[in-house]
Amino acid sequence: MRVRLKIWRQKSPNTRGQFVSYPVDNVNPDMSMLECLDVLNEQLTENGEEPVAFEHDCREGICGSCGFMINGIAHGPLPATTVCQLTMRHFKDGEELLLEPWRARAFPLIKDLIVDRRAFDRIIASGGYISVSTGSAPDGNTLPVPKEAADRAMDAAACIGCGACVAACPNASSSLFTGAKIAHLGTLPQGKPEKDRRAIRMVTQMNLEGFGGCTNIGECTGVCPKEIPLEVIAAMNRDYLRGNWHARDNVVTTIRPFTEWSYGSKLQIDEQSQS
Amino acid sequence: MELNARIPSGPIQDKWDKARFEMKLVNPANKRKHSIIVVGSGLAGGSAAASLGELGYNVKCFCFQDSPRRAHSIAAQGGINAAKNYQNDGDSVYRLFYDTVKGGDFRAREANVYRLAQVSVNIIDQCVAQGVPFAREYGGALANRSFGGAQVSRTFYARGQTGQQLLLGAYQALERQVQAGTVQMFPRTEMLDLIVIDGHARGIVTRNLVTGDIDTHLADAVILGSGGYGNVFYLSTNAKGSNATAVWRAHKRGALFANPCFTQIHPTCIPVSGDYQSKLTLMSESLRNDGRIWVPKKKGDKRPPDQIPEDERDYYLERKYPSFGNLVPRDVASRNAKHVCDEGRGVGQTGLGVYLDFSDAIRRLGRKTIEDRYGNLFEMYERITDEDPYKVPMRIYPAIHYTMGGLWVDYYLMSTIPGLFVIGEANFSDHGANRLGASALMQGLSDGYFIVPYTVGDYLATNKLEKVNESHPEARNAVACVQQTVQKLLSIKGKRTVDSFHRQLGKIVWDYCGMSRTAEGLETAIAQIRELRDEFWENVNVPGSADDLNQSLEKAARVADFFELAELMCIDARERNESAGGHFREEYQTPDGEAQRDDENYAYVAAWEYRGYGNYPTLQKEPLEFEYVHPSQRSYK
Ligand SMILES: Cc1cc2nc3c(=O)[nH]c(=O)nc-3n(C[C@H](O)[C@H](O)[C@H](O)COP(=O)(O)OP(=O)(O)OC[C@H]3O[C@@H](n4cnc5c(N)ncnc54)[C@H](O)[C@@H]3O)c2cc1C
Ligand code: SF4
Ligand code: FES
Repeated sequence: MRVRLKIWRQKSPNTRGQFVSYPVDNVNPDMSMLECLDVLNEQLTENGEEPVAFEHDCREGICGSCGFMINGIAHGPLPATTVCQLTMRHFKDGEELLLEPWRARAFPLIKDLIVDRRAFDRIIASGGYISVSTGSAPDGNTLPVPKEAADRAMDAAACIGCGACVAACPNASSSLFTGAKIAHLGTLPQGKPEKDRRAIRMVTQMNLEGFGGCTNIGECTGVCPKEIPLEVIAAMNRDYLRGNWHARDNVVTTIRPFTEWSYGSKLQIDEQSQS
Repeated sequence: MELNARIPSGPIQDKWDKARFEMKLVNPANKRKHSIIVVGSGLAGGSAAASLGELGYNVKCFCFQDSPRRAHSIAAQGGINAAKNYQNDGDSVYRLFYDTVKGGDFRAREANVYRLAQVSVNIIDQCVAQGVPFAREYGGALANRSFGGAQVSRTFYARGQTGQQLLLGAYQALERQVQAGTVQMFPRTEMLDLIVIDGHARGIVTRNLVTGDIDTHLADAVILGSGGYGNVFYLSTNAKGSNATAVWRAHKRGALFANPCFTQIHPTCIPVSGDYQSKLTLMSESLRNDGRIWVPKKKGDKRPPDQIPEDERDYYLERKYPSFGNLVPRDVASRNAKHVCDEGRGVGQTGLGVYLDFSDAIRRLGRKTIEDRYGNLFEMYERITDEDPYKVPMRIYPAIHYTMGGLWVDYYLMSTIPGLFVIGEANFSDHGANRLGASALMQGLSDGYFIVPYTVGDYLATNKLEKVNESHPEARNAVACVQQTVQKLLSIKGKRTVDSFHRQLGKIVWDYCGMSRTAEGLETAIAQIRELRDEFWENVNVPGSADDLNQSLEKAARVADFFELAELMCIDARERNESAGGHFREEYQTPDGEAQRDDENYAYVAAWEYRGYGNYPTLQKEPLEFEYVHPSQRSYK
């Protein structure tokens, strides 16, 4: 089959980008969207042009590296599928596909279809963990975890951090991503002691990164390759509200970032009022 | 160079305790004065960086992806072993140790394997405390399954995403240390050389994959957790970016490379469908519990499977191995699949595939049960092949999956370069000639959480290291080498793409150094690899420039190293005149076609020393002694 790929080309953050249209003639319906780009890139290289930069690694829908918009839909038309698992048989012969990068203030563009998603790492660094150092764990069966809680935690923990939710949201909100981590850890008994503090920190960090607020539109869960349910956002809001209520005597500043990439700025918040 | 594995004396169960007691400690107040480089953020690198940060060291961690959470460990599906004996089915540290030594076909070091089994129980505790959502029973206790033909249920799992969940646990611990200021994280940064000063590893040279900047990072110790080299074969189940550059550059700087020919082929992958194919997808081994493997009896029988009557089908594993049947170990299942395809009885368009048929299981257990057990795998298969495995038998074929070989390390996980530690799949240490299912995750986390944090401390406490800076000649020399390679690759401007070379290299290695090997074939492969490598350096076309994001350049540098490593794999395979585990030499088989080990002459680790390109590497042997588990012939009849 044949397709025409209209791709966003932009050499660097400071140069102007534009759509460039490329025909790809020898498409096999069994190949993935990324393999189709591979074929195009081989052609471009042979013709002395620069190949299209796009992010990928595992190519089995688990690492979260890949992702771009196809005809306006994050990860393309097939539900619960990343672009690396999307096969070309889902498109029509001769179809034109418009490929463009995630667009969000918090995801600055690097090149072509690649954006910078480090804001997600900073959200995790601000509190997306259980504070337990190596060696200090009790026996794994000391704390029974109801099967239901483990299953629900796993549903939320399945997030691959791809950023499609942000790209699909008209507000460019990362609530589904942040909520998924808060719900994963907060559902498990091990995660309960830090529940308040985790929610306050992560939500604050998320706001400071320049993501928009959630207005319950639900586009995020619609494009999410792991079908993370909207209820994780409810869990996030609940924990955040309760956390703020518990910490109401503390003058928490919600305008300063908790963490800056890599340079390990210490949290400035008053630690003891959190406990 | 004399290889000293530094195995502690005394009974095997006391060795690790003894070693830990004898280690020198770094004064807690001095820890932050020591800087440590960790290359890799997978299960091994991520857990090591986090643990060292917690101890108070000054850590720099590197990965080439945009986030440490994307390391290839994320893709592991099946599970992780631990000798917890929660199922009360007779498991113990000793049994896990025994199974692993035997599974490795008696080519692993006993002391290391025993320690791995000991530490396995701590890993589960640690991961549970971090919030890894392992599967649970209704009563709230941890669930287990039996995996990879083990007789006990010792595998812990989180749905089909165990690697993902374990990695996210390590990643979160790592980000906690980034927040605390003990770890500095450098994503999108690739190590391109090792800096060795006065015989000690003192730093690395990196390329910033966004800006192209070449930088020097100095430290008191360097830890490599950069993963395996399965992508030598081009098509493999590894992530596309997985590469051998970090270990290969270290090898060229003096670290010995052990058992490069020990590679693992996994029997249940989705077959190749066309030339454009970029990678292979693994289907969980658990499918062999209920699926029956067969091919037509007649050569070139192109009828659809439902039109081939029962008596014209050959259930070859059940026929040849009546007691293990479809559950024979990975190497045996893979080899037999190749065998029937070589005979011309393979199925599918390419003829490189065998059926994995669930129709009997569905008839016996009902579709619902099969759906519960394998629903997500069936869905994945259908997504890729557009065939419904409930109706049409799956087609599977073996694919390269894991590499047991790697940089040689002693008991302390230190390579032959003092101060250079190697962990996870990047080292050679625990799996011998064949790795059992669910034991790579265990080894990566054991190395990273519980072993290297101690042994690095011991190294720092016992070595007095001079202060060095970036203008040291060795550091400058390493930077110059990197710059030269980058410039060279960009300046060739030949006619062929990097991928076309890589694909061709992969095919040579797969054909001659894959599932079965011969001395003659390996000679052919070496000659072909050399020829292709020469062509690469004259005719590769790397577009773009050195000072921005350039994925072709990244690939080219990795493929350049794969060429040299591929040659070493073939040299090692030719040198080892026996069959063991994943290394099957056709000349050395039992009368009924099984692998024939030669314990008298080959019970050693082959560690290779680099002698400059084109020169034959020097072989060092570390003899293996089996005091506890006595070598026997594996039999699955
Ligand atoms: C599909 C699949 C399924 C598997 N399933 C299982 C299973 O069920 N159970 C099991 O036990 N094992 C399984 N394995 C094996 C197991 O996943 C791996 O062996 C293990 O995860 C390797 O971990 P690692 O930390 O050593 O390396 P990796 O996870 O590969 O990490 C390598 C790290 O090094 C970095 N890196 C590499 N080179 C450089 C460089 N030059 N510069 C900077 N950074 C670099 C990368 O960015 C990455 O962070 C599976 C493997 C595959 C392919
Ligand atoms: S919530 Fe879904 S869409 Fe958002 S980052 Fe996670 S996996 Fe991607
Ligand atoms: S490449 Fe890993 S999720 Fe698509």
